[in-house]
Amino acid sequence: MNKYIERLYNGLWKENPTFVLMLGMCPTLAVTTSAINGIGMGLSTTVVLVLSNMMISALRNIIPDRVRMPAFIVVVASFVTIVQFLMEGFTPSLYESLGIYIPLIVVNCIILGRAESYASKNPIIPSMFDGIGMGLGFTVGLTLIGMVREILGNGSLFGATITPLNNFHISLFGLAPGAFFVLGGLVAIMNVIRKKMEEKGKPLPAAQGCLAGDCSGCTLSSACKGKSASEAVESLGKGEDK
Amino acid sequence: MSNLLKVSSSPHVRAKDDTSRIMLYVILALMPTTIFGVVNFGLRALLLVIVCVLTCVASEYLFEKAVGKKSTIKDFSAAVTGLLLGLNLPYTLPVWQAVLGSIFAIVVVKMLFGGLGQNFMNPALGGRAFLVISFAATMTHFEYDGVSGATPLQLLKNGDTVNTLDMLIGRTGGTIGETSALCILIGAIILILLGVIDLLIPGVYILSFVAFITLFGGHGFDTTYIVAHLCGGGLMLGAFFMATDYVTSPITPAGKVVFGICLGVLTGLFRIFGNSAEGVSFAIIFSNLLVPLIERVTIPRAFGIVREKKTKEVKANE
Repeated sequence: MNKYIERLYNGLWKENPTFVLMLGMCPTLAVTTSAINGIGMGLSTTVVLVLSNMMISALRNIIPDRVRMPAFIVVVASFVTIVQFLMEGFTPSLYESLGIYIPLIVVNCIILGRAESYASKNPIIPSMFDGIGMGLGFTVGLTLIGMVREILGNGSLFGATITPLNNFHISLFGLAPGAFFVLGGLVAIMNVIRKKMEEKGKPLPAAQGCLAGDCSGCTLSSACKGKSASEAVESLGKGEDK
Repeated sequence: MSNLLKVSSSPHVRAKDDTSRIMLYVILALMPTTIFGVVNFGLRALLLVIVCVLTCVASEYLFEKAVGKKSTIKDFSAAVTGLLLGLNLPYTLPVWQAVLGSIFAIVVVKMLFGGLGQNFMNPALGGRAFLVISFAATMTHFEYDGVSGATPLQLLKNGDTVNTLDMLIGRTGGTIGETSALCILIGAIILILLGVIDLLIPGVYILSFVAFITLFGGHGFDTTYIVAHLCGGGLMLGAFFMATDYVTSPITPAGKVVFGICLGVLTGLFRIFGNSAEGVSFAIIFSNLLVPLIERVTIPRAFGIVREKKTKEVKANE
């Protein structure tokens, strides 16, 4: 598979930040009250992610290892500020409804995670595609959650009222508990599809982080203890079966 | 050979109680309340209760079928959940909302956590909480004799006078099963006589609640006020039928006392300082979540065992 397409596939499906990596949960749960909010949040994060990935990748040989985190934060924060001003100017209603979660993109785990585990080790163009893939994966995740919550909680989709459904809306799904229920439900559906694919003989996506041959940014590194990716996945799979 | 000489390992004497029998006792004990609710509110109340029971049983059956588990609907626990949920609804609630609440109670609160014995909160109250949050308007709309009005507790909160005799008998607005303290007490006596529940949790609950409203209710030890608070709302139903749920209440005697005090204080807090007039269901749900912690600190010491030091416990856990 083409290297760039592979990065897109990786972000959208294999290591989808919302449903597989479970990163950026704070905006995922908080802003997805409607589909349009999900798209807005996802796309603004994508823009920041692509730009910061490229910038960090370009600066990867200049940034000293010791201060890389503050340096990443400065880069990300600059882009977030630009995006914030642009949104305030051109999409004021979206800016209003996303509120504090736009500045909080700075500390979004996905952006720092990609900077740390991919962009700081790879050339500019793959980093850009990595950002696009991850960003679109995040956008798709947020939009799906937003759509389900908007239909169930408000009886509408993208702001348009769905006539029979709007009499049967369940307010809970517009509130915080609903976000957890919908996220859990979608992750369960995704896992079922993965399992089906695995049974059909398609290989199961390997555990995150191990493919890049780097364990520093991986939360599972203590569990797999430096074993190879396939071994680590196997041991994880066994653990789940129990 | 006679049975007397047969050699076998213990247990030698088995009680005839099992889950389904206990659940049947609970259903029996709830009958006075249910019948009174139907007489009080009319056939629509009966319809809601039946819909809740049927939906609960059906969703338990379908869920277990879908995930390939053995069906447990014959232990009647789903029926009890449905009955309790139905009694916790205002009789004017739209049927589809009752259906959703029942499905939520069984599938999300009970089955997703592993079924009977594994649920972390009372399924009926979980379903009720889901409905109160989702459909606040219809869940807090109470009618009595075709006239919509405030429940006695709301009147009490606003400082109006209430008729405590009506509240005791149940001739007031409210949810289907909560209005008649008398019928609930009859059911509670049945359960206590049958040995299904003991008085510890409800007793401590009610006593600590009385202590709380005496101290903070602003009326001092005013018998009318206290009786009105005890008969009003879901306190009696909650204390005898939901706080005593085996799964979601502590099993240690000291834990039961702590649990009861938690319930009493929380109910008082919600009723007197909270926004809404009623707080029994949320008090019970919240205390349900504390049960594992309460049990952890109240495990009695076995005879002859010296209490281990904390450092050792940490090692044992590792």
